[in-house]
Amino acid sequence: ASMTRGFASKSFEATLFPGDGIGPEIAASVREIFVAARIPVVWDEQHIGKTPDPRTNSMVTRENLDSVLKHKIGLKGPMATPIGKGFRSLNLTLRKELDLYANVRPCFNIPGYKTRYDGINLVTVRENTEGEYSGLEHEVVPGVVESLKIITRKASSRIAEFAFAYARENNRSKVTAVHKANIMKKADGLFLECCREVSAKYGDIKYEEVIVDNACMQLVSNPLQFDVLVMPNLYGDIISDLCAGLVGGLGVTPSMNIGMNGLALAEAVHGTAPDIAGKNKANPTALLLSSAMMLRHLGRRQEGDNIQNAVLGVIAEGKYRTADLGGNATTSDFTKAVIDKLE
Amino acid sequence: AYLPLPGDARSQVVTLIPGDGIGPEVTKAVVDVVAAMQAPITWERFDYLSGSEETASGSVPRTSVPKEVLDSIRRNGVCLKGTLFTPLNKENTNTQSLNVQLRKDLDLHVNVVHGFTIPGVPTRYRDLDIVVIRENTEGEYSGLEHEVVEGVVESLKVITYEKSLRTAQYAFEFAYLNHRKKVSAIHKANIMKLGDGMFLKACREVARNFPNIQYEEVIVDNTCMQLVNKPQQFDVMVTPNLYGNLVSNVVAGLCGGFGVVPGGNIGDGVAVFEQGARHVAKDLAGAGVANPTATLLSTAMLLRHLKLAGFADRLEAAVLKVYTDCDKAAITPDVGGTGTLLRFTEAVARNLQE
Ligand SMILES: Nc1ncnc2c1ncn2[C@@H]1O[C@H](COP(=O)(O)OP(=O)(O)OP(=O)(O)O)[C@@H](O)[C@H]1O
Ligand SMILES: Nc1ncnc2c1ncn2[C@@H]1O[C@H](COP(=O)(O)OP(=O)(O)OP(=O)(O)O)[C@@H](O)[C@H]1O
Ligand SMILES: [Mg+2]
Ligand SMILES: [Mg+2]
Repeated sequence: ASMTRGFASKSFEATLFPGDGIGPEIAASVREIFVAARIPVVWDEQHIGKTPDPRTNSMVTRENLDSVLKHKIGLKGPMATPIGKGFRSLNLTLRKELDLYANVRPCFNIPGYKTRYDGINLVTVRENTEGEYSGLEHEVVPGVVESLKIITRKASSRIAEFAFAYARENNRSKVTAVHKANIMKKADGLFLECCREVSAKYGDIKYEEVIVDNACMQLVSNPLQFDVLVMPNLYGDIISDLCAGLVGGLGVTPSMNIGMNGLALAEAVHGTAPDIAGKNKANPTALLLSSAMMLRHLGRRQEGDNIQNAVLGVIAEGKYRTADLGGNATTSDFTKAVIDKLE
Repeated sequence: AYLPLPGDARSQVVTLIPGDGIGPEVTKAVVDVVAAMQAPITWERFDYLSGSEETASGSVPRTSVPKEVLDSIRRNGVCLKGTLFTPLNKENTNTQSLNVQLRKDLDLHVNVVHGFTIPGVPTRYRDLDIVVIRENTEGEYSGLEHEVVEGVVESLKVITYEKSLRTAQYAFEFAYLNHRKKVSAIHKANIMKLGDGMFLKACREVARNFPNIQYEEVIVDNTCMQLVNKPQQFDVMVTPNLYGNLVSNVVAGLCGGFGVVPGGNIGDGVAVFEQGARHVAKDLAGAGVANPTATLLSTAMLLRHLKLAGFADRLEAAVLKVYTDCDKAAITPDVGGTGTLLRFTEAVARNLQE
């Protein structure tokens, strides 16, 4: 299954959710940089509703969803979690309605931004629809709760297929399945079985299996051994954040959610940072790197690389860095610097 | 030193399960070192106990822990063990890992993992000292699974208020008795609202009785991100079973790997000590390069548990001195050395004589 689609040079439409807090500022930065890079995008800007939409039972409106379904590609800034009961969370609505079954996060060191780790270059692929996130729980008798974890062949094969295809398309050489099949023999056993079946079709890609606790240990002591990691939902949640931590946190980590038929929603996974919202201090890096992922997903690899290289180049030089990376540049300074660096 | 009771100098019997993988080698190091310092310990060994049994059709999971082993641990109250290897085997997905069975049979309800950086062990952070207190018998380890229809498996996570409370109680008492300042409860209650919610409820309940210990709640994914960024912020962590497994392995990784971090499993009247990060390390088995540090430091915990604090202190000091001596030839490859298990053990024994 090919996951990239479309053809460069042609103009395209994409949904843009600027989001809340610092969202509008970093989305503006992406817009400016796309114009300067002559990327022929027509943004369809969408805003989450202020009250729940009865058609979706969520703050995410029908129009929001239809926009992404129509363009099949979108970019999303951080969104504040609306407080209130009786309607679905933003993430859950988007995931369910758009059938976003995979979350992909490339994790690499940002040259010039030092963390305790060097040379990291791995990708986490997380199954996003089942597992421990089934929401099926009940109190059997007072003081005893059962929570259901669901693993299906369908979802496991689909995520495994995605991971291997992604590895091949991105010239990566190894896929590691992360599991706890020594304990959840049937559930995680099924997940592994699916990964093995798919791996048999990808002779050019190395395949290995690692128990999740060992994976945690290895990731913090010797992360360079990993390439693409594929995991059920909960392990993916934990390990993708752990990996983001290795390279400096969610502020610099791109992310993309994949749905059926090539639909994709790239997103900055950091928070809305209300403390600095509106002050021209936000770091647009995560959203910019996510936008680069989006472009590559559309088959616009050069355009994606151009933006990514410019962003990384500016950070590496160190002259223009936002406060979170230890500098004192404003969002606009940084944006201008990126524009100057574009090919 | 002060002698609590006449007769305390008598040798005490401790059950020893060498286990699989590197277990036999690292527990042999313990036996040698304990002999070298003439600690009053007599081992009751179960050398044949493995997580798997050889049959005509290959290696299959052993279905239960033999009664005499359980009886021995119950009788002695204390055990030192290596990890048992449970083969993954499609025909036998109903059998739980022998390690898990042993913990359940003996109701070893908490697992204590003590991660601390050892001067001389290469790590990215210094001065870490984190204790993970983990529920050890339920949660995702319930072993309750079934295939609902072909291709759809349900796996049950069971959280009970009673076990959560016992774990939380242990964590706060541990913190209190060891002059610790903070207990962090690790959870995913935003997703598992009832299950992890129940765990948090128990933690809050206990926290109220320890007003001088700071209490906080951290979501498990954020915990792992924080651990690799700012691990110094953590002190005592209390967790349900699986998160504890992951978090303690992250902590182990930060402190130099599973070769150096000690741990123990505590029940009512029984305690089983083993490496903090419980791995069989089949790849290293028999090569003579496994690091016995974790198991030796677990033995120090065991000695303290037997109120042999003087021996515990000596053993710990002798082990740590090997690292501060900075002799690469005496330490194993996992911590950047060129030595072997034997060289390390000899160095410990030598330090004990000084
Ligand atoms: N009750 C539920 N049932 C199924 N999926 C859910 C449920 N609640 C949340 N999810 C989904 O689980 C995923 C993670 O949820 P959430 O964002 O709350 O947790 P998280 O740990 O912060 O995840 P992430 O780190 O990916 O943001 C989202 O895709 C969300 O839609
Ligand atoms: N079949 C196996 N394949 C690979 N490693 C195994 C296998 N069985 C056991 N191990 C290793 O031994 C460790 C203990 O396994 P076991 O399933 O008995 O208990 P566990 O509950 O996973 O222990 P913990 O929760 O402390 O990790 C595992 O984490 C793994 O490192
Ligand atoms: Mg998360
Ligand atoms: Mg989150």
